[in-house]
Amino acid sequence: MDHTAAAAASLPSAVSPLHPVPAHGHGSTETSTGIHSDKLGMWVFLCSEVMFFTGLIGSYIVLRFGSASWPDPSQTLNIWLTAFNTFVLICSSVTMVKALEAIRNGDLRKMKLFLCLTVLFGAFFLGVQVYEYSELLHHGFTPSVSLFGSVFYTCTGFHGFHVFCGVVCMAFVTGKAFLGKYSQASHQGIETIGLYWHFVDLVWIILFTIVYLF
Amino acid sequence: MAEPEHGHTNYMKIFWWLFGLTVTEVAFSVTLDLPKFAMIVGLVAFAIVKAVLVALYFMHLKFERKTLGIIFASTLILGAILVSVGIGELVLPRP
Repeated sequence: MDHTAAAAASLPSAVSPLHPVPAHGHGSTETSTGIHSDKLGMWVFLCSEVMFFTGLIGSYIVLRFGSASWPDPSQTLNIWLTAFNTFVLICSSVTMVKALEAIRNGDLRKMKLFLCLTVLFGAFFLGVQVYEYSELLHHGFTPSVSLFGSVFYTCTGFHGFHVFCGVVCMAFVTGKAFLGKYSQASHQGIETIGLYWHFVDLVWIILFTIVYLF
Repeated sequence: MAEPEHGHTNYMKIFWWLFGLTVTEVAFSVTLDLPKFAMIVGLVAFAIVKAVLVALYFMHLKFERKTLGIIFASTLILGAILVSVGIGELVLPRP
């Protein structure tokens, strides 16, 4: 018996990393923390994302308040359009959590409806962001025009990329839902992508305040 | 170990809170002519309340095991340190 196997044998089976406990009714396994591996993995990933966005937002704050002059965002950016887009993203979070609630109640029809709405809201958010970018570029507000331009496009661009990845993953999950891959007993995939989606919404709430309203 | 119960959250109530806070926040920013520091404190307070609502109810952190809360909170503390160091560079007198 090698060292790893010996160490594993000395642990109770419920906490052995080599013998994860299959979770009842789920495709994933339950870890020694009592949290499903999919969910725990997503939360750890989200923690790394927190640090990523903290780096971006922290840089924005330091550059914003370290500069002698800074343009008023409301003079350059369309605050009301972006406020509407924030509303759209909040709506998508609600439809996402309603999809999870529906599958937990065994209502497959509602789950599919809410997943489709979430994809549509996410795609709409991206569409508005593309429109906003095109308008800003058309009026000469490019990433190289000023420090504000650089950090604005960096922060909102990386967030937009995360939304794009979320929409692609959500479309995949929605496709699986239509193929009947989820049930009341097995729906971990919906909960996992939901966590990511809500996190993207949460980041936008912070970004909107700091980039558009400060 | 069974999964924790997620309770019977009224998600639409959370949605209306988020909607109301967003409208109030934008109106606060656009219409009021407050001193800069008061404006920043107010806007940050709005953003934090909305982010906490999303994390607690939509991400179900309120109903999850404490382990997840500890993992997430420790990252937030690290993030706060990171931002504080940057801000400290700005506000503290240079030698």
